[in-house]
Formats: sequence, C-alpha cells, structure tokens
Amino acid sequence: MALFAANTEKLEGWNRPPIIAPDGDAELLEVAMGPHHPSTHGVFRMDVALDGERVIRLKPVFGYLHRNHEKIAEGASYLASMPYTDRLDYFCSLTNNWAYALAVETLTGQQVPERAEYIRVILAELTRIQNHASAIGFLIQEMGASGTPLMYAFKEREKILDLFESLTGSRMMCNYMRFGGCRIDVSTAWLDAARKVVAGLPGFVDEFENLLSSNEILMARCQCVGILSPQLAINAGVTGPMLRGSGVNYDIRKVDHYGIYDRFKFRVPLGDHGDVYDRYMVRILEMRESITILNQALKEVPSGPIMDSKAKIRGFRPKPGEAYGRIEAPKGELGFYLISDGGPNPYRYRVRPPSLMNLTVLEDMCLGSNVADVVLIFGSVDIVLGEVDR
Amino acid sequence: MKTVEEIKAAIEAAVPGAGVEVVPNPSPSGQHSLRLAPGHAIAVAQFLRDDAELALDFLSNLTGVDWPDKEITEKVKITRSVAKTIDGVEQQVEETVEESRKRMEPGCLEVVYHLFSVAKEHGPVVLRMRTINRTDQVELPSLTHVWRSAEFQEREVFDLYGVVFAGHPDLRRLLMWEGCKDHPMRRDYVEPDDFEYEPTPHDAVLARAAEHKATEESPSQEGTAH
Repeated sequence: MALFAANTEKLEGWNRPPIIAPDGDAELLEVAMGPHHPSTHGVFRMDVALDGERVIRLKPVFGYLHRNHEKIAEGASYLASMPYTDRLDYFCSLTNNWAYALAVETLTGQQVPERAEYIRVILAELTRIQNHASAIGFLIQEMGASGTPLMYAFKEREKILDLFESLTGSRMMCNYMRFGGCRIDVSTAWLDAARKVVAGLPGFVDEFENLLSSNEILMARCQCVGILSPQLAINAGVTGPMLRGSGVNYDIRKVDHYGIYDRFKFRVPLGDHGDVYDRYMVRILEMRESITILNQALKEVPSGPIMDSKAKIRGFRPKPGEAYGRIEAPKGELGFYLISDGGPNPYRYRVRPPSLMNLTVLEDMCLGSNVADVVLIFGSVDIVLGEVDR
Repeated sequence: MKTVEEIKAAIEAAVPGAGVEVVPNPSPSGQHSLRLAPGHAIAVAQFLRDDAELALDFLSNLTGVDWPDKEITEKVKITRSVAKTIDGVEQQVEETVEESRKRMEPGCLEVVYHLFSVAKEHGPVVLRMRTINRTDQVELPSLTHVWRSAEFQEREVFDLYGVVFAGHPDLRRLLMWEGCKDHPMRRDYVEPDDFEYEPTPHDAVLARAAEHKATEESPSQEGTAH
C-alpha cells in the first residue's frame, strides 16, 4: 500500500520497529489527536492512523505555538533575549537562563565567580526536582489517576517556586542569570530557607515512590510500553532522562563539567529496558541525586562577588566569532548557538530544543502499540510546547 | 580529542577528494569548523560516525545561517598618466589615485552541524556546508540517513531558510503552515502586513475585504496566508 511507503523504507542506521500491516481489507481510521487533546500539554497534534486499536502511522504536527523566537532574538540585544529564554521551557526558566548565559560566556570567554556558580547549581537542581516531580505527576494523570499524584508533586513544586519568587521576584519567569554571573545575591536567610526545603525533599520522594513505584496499574501500563533502543536513541539525538532510560550513560553534567559540577559527587541513574517505566524510574532517581548535589552545594556556598568585575551590561558587543554552549537541562541537552559579527545583537541565534529532538522518535516508539498507550508514551517524553515550537 | 587539522587529514585520507576546508573561529570559544563540499558530504559523514577513533555518533545541533549578497566597497590604487602643465610646458605625468570600487559578493545559505560522541564523550566537531546561491541552487545532501536527529532539524531549516535537502525522506515544512511560500529566517524577509485578514464563509464579508484591499495602497506581500 502506498500509505506505508515512507515507513517500510529501510534506512541505514535507522531501525524501525516492524510495521504491522492491517488485516486484509481492514479500514484505517485516521485520527487527529490534538491540537486540543487534554494529554498534549498545550497545542500539539498527532495525526494517527489506526487499525482497530493499533497504531499504524503517527505523524507529529508542530508549529501551533511558533512565534520565531530566533528571529526576534536576532533583532534584539544579547541581554534582551534573556527574559525571552524564560518562555521557552516555562517549567525550567532558570536552566534556560543558564544555557544562554553559558553560550554567551563561551563566546566572550568571560569567567563566572565561584559564588555565582554555586547559586546556579542550587537553582538548576531545584528546577530539575520540580520539573521531574511535575512530569511524573502529569504522566500518572494521563494514566487515569486524575489529581492525587499531580497535586502531591505540585505541593512540593510550590515550595520550590516560593524560593524562586523570594530570590528573583518571579515564580516561573525568573530572568535571573547574567553574562558573567547572576542578577541578585542570595541572603543567608534565603539559604536557610532553601536548606529547609531541601531537608523536606527526601521525605517527599519517599512518599511519592511509595504511592507509585510498585503500583499495580502503573506497572501494568508502563512496563514494556514504548520501548526505545539505545542505538536509535543516540542516532536520533535523544537526550536527558529519555536517553538514560534506554541505558546510555550520557549526562552533560558529567561529560562537559560545565560550571562546577566536577566538585559534586552524584550518580547517573540508567534504565535497563528503555520503556516508559524506566523513564519514570530514572526521573525518580535523578530527583534523589539532585538532592545529594543540593546538600553538598548548600553546605559550602563561598562568599564573594556574584558578577564578573569585567562584565559589561551596557554596550555589550562580543568580538566576531561563534560559539555553541550546552547544559543538561531537566528535559535533555539545551544548547544555544550564537554567531557574533561584532554588533550589539547576535547575527545568528539558535536554540537547540531538547523537547523537539526527543519527539523525533515518537513514531518509532508508538508504532504497533495501542492508541491508549500513545498518550502514555507521549507523556513519558516530557515536553513543553513553548520550547518545541519556539 | 583530535584538532580540526587532524580531523581534516583523517577525512582526506578516508575520502579522497573530499575538499575539506578549515574555517577558523576568532572567538575565545575556539570552536573551529570544517567546511565540506556537498558532493562528498554523505561519505564524510559516514566516516565521521563510523571511525573508531572519532566515533561522532551524535548529531546534536543542525541549523541554518543566511549570508545575503553583500556590497563590498574596496579602495583600489590606480596609476594613470595625466596631462599636466608644468612650468608652462604640457607633460605626461604618472599619478597614483585612490579610488573606491563597489562589487557584489554573492550570498549563500549555510548549514551548520554540531557533532558529539556519546561513546568517547568528546566534541563538538563543527561542520558547515554552503549552497551555491540563495535563489535557485539551494540544494544540499540530507544527512538524515546517517544521523536520524537531522530529520526534524533539516525540515526546520527547509522551512525557515529554504534549503532543499536532497534525499530527505519527508521534506515538509515543520513550523510554518503548509501554504506558506516564504522563509522567515532569511535576513531579507519582510513581514506580511495583513495579519488581521481571516478567511470567512460569508460572501458579504469577503466582498468587503476585497473592496478594502482594492482601495488599500500598501502592496500585499507575496507568500502570506490567503
């Protein structure tokens, strides 16, 4: 059938799961899941072809939230794009800030003071915990448990967002990092408040796990669903908990040692099977590792300046050249590619969005599974449409 | 990790006539890049992925850059003989004059690739490829069959810059709508000025819109939604 021409084509380095041809004269049902499907976390569409309950074809459709962030950033000064990066992945504005600041610091060769590096690590790991907690909450909600786990996650997220608000003035749109440091210094009182929140986090993760990890329904629906092989994951540029759920040991915090991550002891959790359950479990374990990083970082925040003394706020013009900077954001590798022509705005500004890249393999994971599992597999990717469509 | 010069030598040893060129990067980032000739790009990409020492198995970032036609003003020194009257006698005198000349440097579309290695944990290795011009010869080979992560990113570059990737399995627009004819990330893109116009099934409204458009002075830009 002409319908399957694109799928059955065998491509090198690209092993698709076997296509299950529909039985005889079976009629295909074409369903547009989205853009207003409650499970799509925003405006996103999947054009699905079904044979009964089985998924035969799945094409993601993007662009409903496209506002050409890159073009806007090319018309603005370097610093003016910093608040806009908050709006990419609006769950993790602080890691977006860090990735952009890191790219510009790579471009200019600026140094970041030690105290600012500690503050960055503390904020990034808090962001990771609240992102993973809510991602799991949403995943469980898509399984049918409406409310309870998500509200547990949001209860903890509120505490972390309160910390963000008291430091940066905003709960989600923090706009906190600057090229060569941070915007506002943390107070001793804020650090004490952060220690108090972090002290309560292990109890939350324990409770969350007791509720979920050995839950019969969760295990039955997540295990052996949406399997992603490590070879395909690497080849398709999948990063973050998705890649590690497939058993690939690749954490940019360990590989690049950006910031001061080489000073902290933490482990990289890996999955065995690459199914939805492994991705869930990797996120739980990453929360625990983030707590150990936070405990180490909060113990020894050094005193000193929070901004590079040579940093220029006004008249910031990097020398001509280009740079690619990347960090391990909660959803995967978030990179910024900048070309400077010596002017006040970047000549080229590119965001490498982890959410979009992780969706490359959505069709491969869903083919042959039941349509009800598509919602679950999609939920386990953990995307934010603000970043997918930019 | 190997330097760009060593990688260039390794490529040229593996793919004869690959035509690789080192593009230095003056920024402190020190991320120098290699410019490939489109003709050998797939062979080079396969070598970079499968070579045991480089093992660049992870194409992280793929993006486009637009370099429009540039008018360059150059100062040229010209020597010519001029007739001059010296001491009442007309003589031919050699004279050097500085003259500014303008020439057009043709633009192109460039695609940039950032490669890393998951197995060896190194990178980035930056590759670039250029189209011949920005208008009708904008074809480059697709690397989707080498690195699957190019699939959506090549679609995005096709959508926003208009680079046509030959051999891509499903080359459609990614972010803009299907009927869109323009490429908004190009430097010379002009925004449409009729955002408010929406198609409607009501003839009266359509007629009014047509009337309004006819009296309007501002030219409607080609390639916007109608």
